[in-house]
Amino acid sequence: MSACQSKPAPLFHFQGARLGHGRETVFAALDLTIRRGETVALLGPSGSGKSTLLAALRRQQEPLCAWCPQEQALVPMLSVFHNIYMGGLHRFGTWRNLRALVRPTPSQCDSVARVAEALGLSEKLYTSVDRLSGGQAQRTALGRALFTERPVLLADEPVSNLDEHQGMALLGDTLERHDSAVVAMHDRALALACFQRVIGLRHGEPVLDAPSSTLTLADLDTLYRP
Amino acid sequence: MKRTTAFNTTAAGWRRASGWLGLAGLAAFACADLAVTRSNPGAELLRVGAGLLQPDFVATDGLGRALANTLAFAFQGVALGAAVGFLLALVWHRRAVRAGAASVRAIHELFWGLLLMQVTGLSTLTGVLAIALPYAGIFAKVFGEFLEEADPAPAGALADDRRRLSRFFYARLPLIWASCKAYTGYRLECALRASAILGFIGLPTLGFHLETAFREGHYGAGAALLYVLFLLILTLRLWLRPLLLPLYLLASLIWAPPLWQGSLETLVRFVTQDLVPAPLKSGGGLSELGLWLGNLWSEQIGPGVWHTLVLGLAALLLTALLALLLFPLRSPLFGNRASRALGHLILVVLRTTPEFFLAFFFLILLGPSMLPGILALGLHTGAIIAHLTARFSETLTLRADSARGINRYAFEVLPRLYPNFLAFLLYRWEIIMRETAVLGILGIHTLGFYIDSSVAEFRFDRTLVLILATVALNLGVDAFSRWLRGRLRLSTQGHPVP
Repeated sequence: MSACQSKPAPLFHFQGARLGHGRETVFAALDLTIRRGETVALLGPSGSGKSTLLAALRRQQEPLCAWCPQEQALVPMLSVFHNIYMGGLHRFGTWRNLRALVRPTPSQCDSVARVAEALGLSEKLYTSVDRLSGGQAQRTALGRALFTERPVLLADEPVSNLDEHQGMALLGDTLERHDSAVVAMHDRALALACFQRVIGLRHGEPVLDAPSSTLTLADLDTLYRP
Repeated sequence: MKRTTAFNTTAAGWRRASGWLGLAGLAAFACADLAVTRSNPGAELLRVGAGLLQPDFVATDGLGRALANTLAFAFQGVALGAAVGFLLALVWHRRAVRAGAASVRAIHELFWGLLLMQVTGLSTLTGVLAIALPYAGIFAKVFGEFLEEADPAPAGALADDRRRLSRFFYARLPLIWASCKAYTGYRLECALRASAILGFIGLPTLGFHLETAFREGHYGAGAALLYVLFLLILTLRLWLRPLLLPLYLLASLIWAPPLWQGSLETLVRFVTQDLVPAPLKSGGGLSELGLWLGNLWSEQIGPGVWHTLVLGLAALLLTALLALLLFPLRSPLFGNRASRALGHLILVVLRTTPEFFLAFFFLILLGPSMLPGILALGLHTGAIIAHLTARFSETLTLRADSARGINRYAFEVLPRLYPNFLAFLLYRWEIIMRETAVLGILGIHTLGFYIDSSVAEFRFDRTLVLILATVALNLGVDAFSRWLRGRLRLSTQGHPVP
């Protein structure tokens, strides 16, 4: 790489960072830089530290991040509309938000409906999440992240409940709407197809970090070997 | 784009039910007599405030005796009630037991006190039985439900034989023991309040002196009595040790033995003559009885039931609003350490003060109308539900990017705990109705007012019919609340509602 090529500023940066929950250390000394404009797939077996890393990334750049956590964390008794709208609460005044809870305005309906349409949820817009299938609920969670309208997507297994084709289409579409992304996932083919860079984690250490164009499925398989 | 906002959500069902209940509450407020008849409540409040700041602990003669009586009635009442209730819980599957338990607990301690006093006088026995009878019904229900909900597997895994008693002690009782113990502790707290309040009808407990002090405007002396009651209840967890229980019970039996002081003739006369409707006693037939009941209905039962319903519904609405407003004060999801400490204090004071005393206090301040009753029940029950709801909110985990403040309250927290809140509210409705009826003793025209007057006129036949009317009203409200809970599929998910 030539020295004169200017790189975008680092978006996330860790140097010898210790990450964990309370006393439990997940990453002992993490060195990692992710720049603006990169799309990164985080791979690794369960318990390798993907969720911990995502939470730490979010803490570094909270105002820039749209967040789609694994435990979906939707409000099940509210409609798809309100769960998606919730992503944008910070963008509107409190009074407007409370109004939307009781009786949304046509413009609020339209802006949320546009997001729902892209996710194939138009039919279910005013149905509560506890009456949806797992896949529909997962798409609602993605909708909430989209409606946040922030440039950096941080997502934890956002399409694990969807079939291969739908997952690929929705993930591609979602990535297009963000300029940077870090997404934890298990689907290795999807990681190679949709992301520029792949980071593989094992026991709290990045054991693999390379452009996806240089990797094969077989390279990724080694991450999951005991 | 076509706009269809017909919400097909779980929340919409709760919203509809709440809307109807709220509308009923508003209608009740419209019908209720909310007049403030005292000319200068502000000045009186200042005097009460001064009294609360300067409690006078030596003004009341016999404070120690009243305190000991309060404790003794509560201990003996709970012990007897729990023992009887436990036995009834063993046969809880029988319909008659359920109906009987529901009826005895629908009659308030004070009404039991008024009735029993006619036979056993102003004695320990009256105080103990006034607590023990309704509590036996409550304990039977709660213990019975604990047994029903306990895991049947341990008992099923035992060898099938006829030793039912050993089966019970090995495979059933251990499963519910901890819950029963905790619930009995809570009931003792309630019994202390009830025992104190029994003083309002003349028994020698704290309430007797409390009423005198407040009625005569000795607010310093009244405040001291109130603080003694608070201290008793708030330190309960410190001195209530299972090992010391037999000692406490023995001491209370020695201090105030529940001896039968009346004569058998009094009891027989009371049951066979005083309680018999007047027209039957004077040899009249069914038509006279019908006329008598008709008059009683149009003059007392009808207005009493109506006022009780109106006050109860208005209090239910106020309870709901206060609970929704107050629970964030104590919830870890809102505010900071200081605001939570303050919220905790407010809720503890409101929960600990008996609603009957609160109503009495507001009556002195505002003068007679429904307003004191609505305020008292709303504040006390609102604080209880706020406390329960806040406790439930501790189990919620919100996502890291959850909104804050009012947005968090409206979008994340309220929808998640609304079913629990509504279940708490509907469970407490029965208790609100029970308390509403009894507020009549203070002069608010609910059923208790007519009950108290009939006792004062020695027309116990009327007393009996009026008390049966409160039972019917309570059972009706309870049945409606149960139907609504079932319809909305509400449950408190293992959180028992006190």
